[in-house]
Amino acid sequence: MPENNIENNDAAGRGLDPEARGREAAVREVRDTADTPAGSHQKDIGGPSAGLMMEHFVADATTTPVAETDSRSAEGAPVSLWRDAWRQLRKKPTFIIAALLILLVIVVALLPQLFWTENPSAASTQCLLENSNGKASAGHPMGFTAQGCDVYSRVIAGTRASLMVGLLTTIGVVVIGGLIGALAGYFGGWIDGVLARLGDVFFALPLILGALVVMQLPFFKAHRGVWTLVVVLVLFGWPQIARIMRGAVVEVRNADYVVSARSLGVSSLGILMRHIIPNAMAPVIVIATISLGTFIVAESTLSYLGIGLPPSMMSWGNDISDAKDAFRSNPMPVFWPGLALSLTVLSFIMLGDALRDALDPKARKK
Amino acid sequence: MSMSQEKNRPLLEVRDLGIAFATATGEVQAVTDSNFTVMPGETVAIVGESGSGKSTSALAAIGLLPSNGRVNSGQIIFDGEDITHASEKRKVKLRGSQIGMVPQDPMSNLNPVWKVGFQVRETLKANGLPSKDEDVARVLSQAGLPDADKRAKQYPHEFSGGMRQRALISIGLSCQPRLLIADEPTSALDVTVQRTILDHLQTMTDKLGTAVLLITHDLGLAAERAQKVVVMYKGRVVEAGPALQLLRNPRHPYTQKLVDSAPSLASRRIEVARARGEEVDDLLAEHPQTAMQSALKQNFVQVQDLTKVYKLRGSWGRSEDFTAVDQVSFSIPRGTTTAVVGESGSGKSTVAKMMLGLEPITSGSIVFDGQDVARLRGKEMFAFRRRVQPIFQDPYGSLDPMYNIYRTIEEPLRVHGVGSAKEREQKVRELMDQVSLPQSMLARYPNELSGGQRQRVAIARALALNPELVVCDEAVSALDVLVQAQILNLLAELQHDLGLTYLFITHDLAVVRQIADNVCVMQKGKLVETGSTDSVFENPRTEYTQQLLAAIPGAGLITAG
Repeated sequence: MPENNIENNDAAGRGLDPEARGREAAVREVRDTADTPAGSHQKDIGGPSAGLMMEHFVADATTTPVAETDSRSAEGAPVSLWRDAWRQLRKKPTFIIAALLILLVIVVALLPQLFWTENPSAASTQCLLENSNGKASAGHPMGFTAQGCDVYSRVIAGTRASLMVGLLTTIGVVVIGGLIGALAGYFGGWIDGVLARLGDVFFALPLILGALVVMQLPFFKAHRGVWTLVVVLVLFGWPQIARIMRGAVVEVRNADYVVSARSLGVSSLGILMRHIIPNAMAPVIVIATISLGTFIVAESTLSYLGIGLPPSMMSWGNDISDAKDAFRSNPMPVFWPGLALSLTVLSFIMLGDALRDALDPKARKK
Repeated sequence: MSMSQEKNRPLLEVRDLGIAFATATGEVQAVTDSNFTVMPGETVAIVGESGSGKSTSALAAIGLLPSNGRVNSGQIIFDGEDITHASEKRKVKLRGSQIGMVPQDPMSNLNPVWKVGFQVRETLKANGLPSKDEDVARVLSQAGLPDADKRAKQYPHEFSGGMRQRALISIGLSCQPRLLIADEPTSALDVTVQRTILDHLQTMTDKLGTAVLLITHDLGLAAERAQKVVVMYKGRVVEAGPALQLLRNPRHPYTQKLVDSAPSLASRRIEVARARGEEVDDLLAEHPQTAMQSALKQNFVQVQDLTKVYKLRGSWGRSEDFTAVDQVSFSIPRGTTTAVVGESGSGKSTVAKMMLGLEPITSGSIVFDGQDVARLRGKEMFAFRRRVQPIFQDPYGSLDPMYNIYRTIEEPLRVHGVGSAKEREQKVRELMDQVSLPQSMLARYPNELSGGQRQRVAIARALALNPELVVCDEAVSALDVLVQAQILNLLAELQHDLGLTYLFITHDLAVVRQIADNVCVMQKGKLVETGSTDSVFENPRTEYTQQLLAAIPGAGLITAG
């Protein structure tokens, strides 16, 4: 069977000869007046105008060929939602810039030794007070902190902790919030009621206030670090994702393909995992990307307040916090980690925006 | 200009019209070199499939093209005035007072937060007409709305679909325009409502002398309601002429196909031929009468006193009972097609859901090949699912957009653990052949396929487990006429080859005539008539069935020929 000829049982394919039709095409003939409509619903066609203007027009069949019914060309590679989104994304400057910046940040976090001039946490590295608040110089492009440490190396070294908190929190929020939201949306009823109210409770607590309280608890106080911070941020961050997931699942839940799967005998859980969640993921991924940036900010805020990462750990938030006292005399140690933070957050938000445009079918129609 | 010339001047003349849309992938030419004219007081119908440019051409005439569309060639002349590129101000002036519009979907075209009367008044005010309460009521009652003064104070959600469409017609005609553009005005409505609405629209426009530009996909309807029919195909006018002439003597290959396939016309042809005592060759349904089948004449599915009661939430936490299906009994012989016909709200889809074991049965029973469906649990239910499969109306919604075609068709086989991966692939390829889809399509995703192709995929998926009963819930309603005919043909062929039994749920009697052996007519949850298709069509016993039959458009068109 030829590739593009999809139909074979054409209902009306009897004896059409396009060439013969073409020859008599474009015939204009004045209406045969004897052929008055006899139907019961027909209007009475009288009046002076009717007979004169009604002619039978037939387009030239050679210029208006009738294609195979219901055919569609099957050229080019198959296009899934993601591939289609990728096609659009790679043409977007905001996406390219954001992606390059994120790539850079990730490389810095994984391999900081490629970038720093000295390892700020190594025993051999000493912060010399003679360099306190020193200006930028060779090998120290961003100057020195009040303690005389190299700002550039510290910014590079702080990337890992900040990014770790952001990524791990996002993963935790998507898994926990996504699961809770999916269960609430899929099963509805009292499960939905309980889970939604639970989410509302956490939603109503301001993140900073909640984190202040939780981080004061003895256990958290004793084990301050990336993981405790991630736990606290996930605890207060999941309801947002849960709400979005719930909405997306409710929308997908009644689709015909879900009913089809049910009548195939697929189990409830199977339908949820194989059909509903994959189709409801797009908005969650968009929001997760954007909130990744806000989690990095939250880490910095909490570290700045002294309840985030322990001071011994290098992070942008801690650096900003340390440098704030000398801000008026030497703003640069605040500026550089701040810039790194802003650029990272901005690129994640830009990435999220670009993803939203590419994944949202309504926006795509424009 | 003399008087007769004035009269012979077309009200609307579209000359060599071309319309292009700017899309993400570049400019798309939606309409090319289209010509048609509407004389004063005349009804002209534009017929075409989805995407043929019929609505776009009409919207251009009223200056309501979407923002990414533009007229890039030709002229639109309204009453001697070139309005192709008229100023927005001029277009606003023409709309309502000179050109009215009845939109397609009565559900979304009335603003739900405003009372209906307010929305009519808005139109009257905008066109500088008196807009007191009694004027509003008069306009509404002219559109055939009873108790108009009370109705004007209600919100759209308190109206039924037919009433909303009447309200929209009254808005469209309230300023007595000279031209009314009706874009699929009744496609979303039940057939009997469609008929009364169109009748009323016709009386009103006759009285006012309004010309009507009717846009429809149904050639039978167009020929019945219009003096002139314009057939559009892929953005071009392929044929135009007096309705009956075009219907009886179609010249363009596309029109010929359309005339052959339109269900309303085909079903009429069957009627006519039967009346003359002829055998009809374009009867789509095959009625195989093999020895094997007559031997199996026992009832395959037996539905007895089937009832479904839904609990609706009433006021103050009390629940009200709503009987969606009321004491319905019928049987389906093996290897035949039984159609359940009814308008929206008749409970026909609920019957389908219970048949598929997707809704619990309130009382009564469905006995499938000796098994009571309501009693099936666990493994038995799983085995039952294998034997009964659905095909749904909307081919856009019934395929998971994240699954490619191969995965979609393989899913039932995988779920039921049929064969090894290799054998499953073999089976999927066989199924693709059965529904006449090329193998190259296996890696594609549903969004890349046309409506008919998707429906073929849905059929292939339904057939994967070799089911015995296939429940088709409006399986062809969302498809274009020609595609619909193809899919019906495919279903008939598959029935012939595989000995399938169909339960065909539809609102369209014309389709029933083409495919079904037996018919059950449902109204408001009750079964009003049942019998063989021939007997029900030739000798409808209840008034409701008679009404339904009379509402199939195209009555008298074929007989006259």
